[in-house]
Amino acid sequence: MIFADLLQQPCAWLAPGADTGIVVSSRIRLARNLKGAAFPGWAGEEECERVWQHLRPVLLGLKTLTPAFAFGMAELEEFERMILFERHLISGEMAQRGRGSGLVATQDETISVMVNEEDHLRLQSLTPGLTLQAIWQRMNTLDDEIEARVRYAFSPRLGYLTACPTNVGTGLRASVMLHLPGLALMNELNPVAKGLTKIGLAVRGLWGEGTEAAGNMFQISNQITLGDREENIVRTIEQIVLELVNHEKNARVRLLEKREIVLRDHVGRALGILSHAHLLSSKEALDLLSGLRLGIDLGILRGVDRPAVDRLLLLSQPAHLQQREGKLLKPRDRDRVRADLIRTQLAEARGQA
Amino acid sequence: MQCEMCKEREATVHLTQVVGSEVKKVNLCEGCAAKSGLDIKGTISITDLLMGLSGGGKAPAGGGKPPREEAPEAERTCPRCHMRRADFRKTSRLGCADCYAAFAPELAPMLHNMHRAHQHTGKIPARESQSIQASAELAALQKALEKAIAEEQFEEAARLRDRIAALRGKEPA
Ligand SMILES: [Zn+2]
Ligand SMILES: [Zn+2]
Repeated sequence: MIFADLLQQPCAWLAPGADTGIVVSSRIRLARNLKGAAFPGWAGEEECERVWQHLRPVLLGLKTLTPAFAFGMAELEEFERMILFERHLISGEMAQRGRGSGLVATQDETISVMVNEEDHLRLQSLTPGLTLQAIWQRMNTLDDEIEARVRYAFSPRLGYLTACPTNVGTGLRASVMLHLPGLALMNELNPVAKGLTKIGLAVRGLWGEGTEAAGNMFQISNQITLGDREENIVRTIEQIVLELVNHEKNARVRLLEKREIVLRDHVGRALGILSHAHLLSSKEALDLLSGLRLGIDLGILRGVDRPAVDRLLLLSQPAHLQQREGKLLKPRDRDRVRADLIRTQLAEARGQA
Repeated sequence: MQCEMCKEREATVHLTQVVGSEVKKVNLCEGCAAKSGLDIKGTISITDLLMGLSGGGKAPAGGGKPPREEAPEAERTCPRCHMRRADFRKTSRLGCADCYAAFAPELAPMLHNMHRAHQHTGKIPARESQSIQASAELAALQKALEKAIAEEQFEEAARLRDRIAALRGKEPA
């Protein structure tokens, strides 16, 4: 697979098919390290390169990863690394790395393995919908396949040893991305976030910080990795997510009942601005696209489908925009190109309906 | 990243500070960080808080005693990767798997604060589970052997000794 092929497909976490209205996607990440090698942040570039050259063929030979593709970070241009980041195949930290770090991923982009990010190995699976249990099983299998070929750093007392003590134990981070515009419009996000923090879960905006997240996209994940079994962690988050989905549905019903005009105004303005603007910042675009998504889910907005809106969420990200234009863009030019893209694609989507 | 103080040199010291109820990140160069050692008095880094080193605010119970000397602690070094305690405090990242043993005294309270637990109960790699089982079995046999010797049951002791030798032979190098 060459890089250009990636851009021909929708990215895994926004692939259509699953009911991705409120629950957008689920992600499982496992952190693992090799016995006897310094962690990547402390090892020198040469040692990292040796680990990457050792792991690359091992990973490419695994059943769960077939068919796979691999990139050393040093083989890619900066904006190509940013595209991998916007597609959630690598982390922001990884996008800054060069020689000694690399990515192996399945061609459908549902599983990716980062070599020498914060840990020697970060196994990740990301799929649309609420699928934590299923992707935990896949990651567990992949982990077994890797472990049959390398020796992990493991302690009977502390479990899998990681560069950061916050990940030690299971090395598991399970997270679910949720679209919560109803709770946001009803100003009910802060108490929810506080409650979740109390039971050891973290709430972060997918874009932006804290509960001020752009596009009303939030990620719920476990904080605790030591002292609980993987199956428990996964089950707890799934239960909490189902409760949150109910809260969100509830908030939407109340919005429709008590503030229908406000709601219609919110959705209508979003459509109006996106259809006619000539300059759109990333945050403004995300917030307005969130409004369209809500309008579609509630049946207020017809003539545009959710996959079309979701596609715009990805394509309007800076690196994808620049890729489309075939050149680097200044922020001001990006805002113009973003507005052009959204305007024309929305017009097309509505024309077809 | 540029140093926020002198705006000249590269920032290599990244501190997270708690000032009152506010959490903020400060990025300084080596020099300015050393100089501001006094200026950031009254602020506490999160790492310090987690490691129970802050000393600011709550004095240890039974005050009066002179503060424990910190210097030798600060020089604690991982024998395998040579990370120093100070390096760990700066980055909040460990250097290698052996650091967990080397920095165990400061890690224990930190891990407890983060996870409210001390013992892994999740997945165990297949090959480790064999050796963990073997070592548990070995410990039990050792105990039985000592008991047999103490009770002068030499036939039983010889049998246990042979089983221990056999198990030891199977252990991975
Ligand atoms: Zn400076
Ligand atoms: Zn070490």
